[in-house]
This record gives sequence, structure tokens and C-alpha cells, in this order.
Amino acid sequence: MLKQTPLNATHRELGARMVDFGGWDMPVHYGSQIEEHHIVRSGCGLFDVSHMLPLDIRGENVRAFLRRLVANNVDKLQVSGKALYACMLNEAGGVIDDLIVYFMDEHWFRLVVNAGTAEKDLAWMEKMNADWDMGLTLVPRRDLAMVAIQGPKAVDVLNNALPGVDSITATLKPFNAAAMGEMFVARTGYTGEDGFEVMILAKAAPMFWRALVEAGGQPIGLGARDTLRLEAGMNLYGQDMDETTSPLESGLAWTVDLKTERDFVGRRALEASEVTKQLAGLVLLDKGVLRSHQTVHTKNGPGEITSGTFSPTMQQSIALARIPLGIAPGEAVEVEIRDKKLRAKVVKYPFVRNGKVLI
Amino acid sequence: MNIPTDLKYTPSHEWVRVEADGTLTVGITHHAQDLLGDMVFVENPAVGRVLTRGEECAVVESVKAASDVYAPIAGEVVATNGDVESSPEAINQDAYAAWMFKLKPADAGSVGELLDAAAYQKLVASEAH
Repeated sequence: MLKQTPLNATHRELGARMVDFGGWDMPVHYGSQIEEHHIVRSGCGLFDVSHMLPLDIRGENVRAFLRRLVANNVDKLQVSGKALYACMLNEAGGVIDDLIVYFMDEHWFRLVVNAGTAEKDLAWMEKMNADWDMGLTLVPRRDLAMVAIQGPKAVDVLNNALPGVDSITATLKPFNAAAMGEMFVARTGYTGEDGFEVMILAKAAPMFWRALVEAGGQPIGLGARDTLRLEAGMNLYGQDMDETTSPLESGLAWTVDLKTERDFVGRRALEASEVTKQLAGLVLLDKGVLRSHQTVHTKNGPGEITSGTFSPTMQQSIALARIPLGIAPGEAVEVEIRDKKLRAKVVKYPFVRNGKVLI
Repeated sequence: MNIPTDLKYTPSHEWVRVEADGTLTVGITHHAQDLLGDMVFVENPAVGRVLTRGEECAVVESVKAASDVYAPIAGEVVATNGDVESSPEAINQDAYAAWMFKLKPADAGSVGELLDAAAYQKLVASEAH
């Protein structure tokens, strides 16, 4: 039996093509994945991301717990509502999950973790909570639905759908959140566009969704979510990194704080490790489509595509690939696709931000 | 379900039209394109290539996935559709107009082994369960 979000019936009424997405019955598209992609770059798209898990951590010393738990430094969070993207590592320095930490007050931080890793994450955090004798309360918020409202018109759509929210959206900066009663409004997303992720009580989600649609938001499936995030150069857990890969070889060094003396899980392993690979962007010059696990041939040896797709914005195939160090943007590589070696170029990603091609 | 009765079909979701001169025009079915979603790449076999029945001979790729296309029966490739290679979305717009390649069958009688519309309809229904 697949798990369902509070918006499952809504998607079915809209005629969505539903798929098994890591055990969740989720919409992959509502008609055309490419059209949905363009809507988010030019207008406003709505995503049901309720399969992801919000997790409240409450207690006396949440900050001290998170200082040890994640590789990014939560001391960067000093203003209530501020968000931080971080990796939670194992002792070997592998990535257990990537997540967002929201600082609300010293007794309340909210995390949002991936759907497929939620149970594992929770077990790990509970173990650390016990091992370090922190005495914190971890509250998984399965009573919440989460809707992402993304695109250049996201502000207008959200303001029109939710009376009173304009007092928040008028001043809310990117990567910040505000609580509004039971509702939680974050200016975050996974598309490379302006937008919001709103957490709302599950029972109120269908009505909220309808209001967003009436305000001009268009439902977008997980198919376009993937092409949007890849164009935006954002990692996908399980593809671009996992427990066997180092964040330092996954394009995530910027999220690992090795400057301060802070001791966090995985730090020693990372410092003892030799970094030999990098995550690079690729643009395919020949015709075809780059896909994960295809082999990349570089002058410094082979690498592998971790995420590949056809970019609807650029009208050509793009990818993230883990390749040897020493290959710079602009250099030519070859990708093995079926029985052919096709030409590709290494590029600095993101590929697309705020509707504009950056390559 | 869009399954024209004047065409023949394979269990791997190719459609086949028997032309007046005996050549076979091949494409992928409406059902196949519906499963794959937005098409972005088509690779046809080279003209002159001799195919055995069931051989992987072409590739269609949607944003979502790559899918092999198989030779419906044995024969030689006598033409390919360059339009569908430059505009793969034509397959989404009308799968039965967007043909991919033409085959000259090695044995004209083998066309009889292909599925008719009713049999293909049944197969699609059983896969949908």
C-alpha cells in the first residue's frame, strides 16, 4: 500500500499521472512535464511536497545538538526564521541526508528532511539525542502538509490565495521563514525561482490548494520538479550524494564548515580523507540525453553522471557528474551513451536561475 | 484508448502499417508515448540496415526515460523519418502520423504474426491491471 499525502484525492481529481515515488503515491505530471516546467520559469507552479517530513526539535539546548549533528554551522542562524541548508553525516563522512534547518527560537528548531530517508533520519537523531544525553523532544510533523509555490508570480498567487499573508511575504527574505498561527511560510524552494514552501495542517491542505489554483497557480508534478532542480544545480539525495559519498566530492563543500573548531559527526573522517573528485556540470553537445550512471571520459580518468536530463529551458541535455579533479569548466569530455561516445562540455553550474540561462 | 483498427501492433508497443507496395511503416503507439511522456530524442536505424525480428533498432527518449524500439519483423530499413528526429514531440502530438522508419520485410507472410487492434487493446488493458 502506497503512502498518500493529504492532497492525494486532489491530484486524482486533476487527472494527474500518479507514480510510486519511493513508496509514496505522487503526481509525476498533470499532462505535460515540459509545459509544467516552463510554467514555473515564467508564472507560478504548485507542488505537493507533503511526502517530505517537517520535524520539530524542542528542548533546552537544541542549538548545541545541531552543532554536533550537521556539517553546516547552525551558529549562522541568529535571527528567528532564518534557514540553513545542511548535510547530516555519518562517522565515515558519508551523507545520511541533506536537510533544511529553520531556527525559530532557542527552544525550537524545525528541520525538513527527505521523504525516502525520513525514518532513517529520525532513528539517527534519536540515537544521537540519547548518546549525547541531550534530552530533546523530536516531533515528526506528519500532521502537516507542505505545498511549494514557485515561480516569478509566486508572491502574487500566495498573497491572493491566503488573506493576511501579504504582511509576511512583503518582508520575508530568501531562505527565511515565519510562523503564522499553525501555518509556516518559508521563502525556499527547489526550482531556482523565487517562491515559498508553506506548511499547513493536513486537513486544511485541499482547500489551500484550491485557493492557490483559483489565484492562478498551476499544479506541477515531480517530473518537472526534477528538471527544474537540475537546471538550478541543486543536488538530489540518493542520486548526487548518499551515505557512500563525501559532501566534499558532491559539490557540497560550501555546506561543510571546517573553519570553526566545532566538532561534528563526520568531521574527522572528512579531514582525513583525500578529495579526488568533484561534482561538475555537463552540457551535451551532440544529440541525445544524459542519464545517471553513464560513464564520462575525461583526460584525468573516468567519472560518472549522477543526474542527467533534457533541459526544457536550454533545449539540450544537461547533467551533474562526479569526475576527477583538475577538469575545468570549458573542457571537453566524452559520455558513453549506449554504444557511442558523445561530446560534452564541462560547465560551472547552476545552469538556470530566475528564468535565465547562465551557461 | 487510441488504437486504429487498420494498423498492426507488437507487444512491445510498436505500430505497423502495411503499405500498398508491401513495405512496413513503423512507429510507437499512442499508449507508449503516453507512458513515456514528453519526447525529446529519437534515434532511427541506418537506412540499409538488416534487422532480425525483435532486434533493438531505434531509441526514443522522453524527459523521463529512454526506451528501445524493436524491429516488429525481420527486414531491411529502406527509409527513416528525419522530421521525427528533429521534432520528437510530433510523437506526442500524433503517434500514428509520426512514423519512425520503413522496413522491407524479409518474408511478407510474417506480417500475419503481428497483433491486430483488438489483441493489442487486450494487451494494453492487461498491463494496466
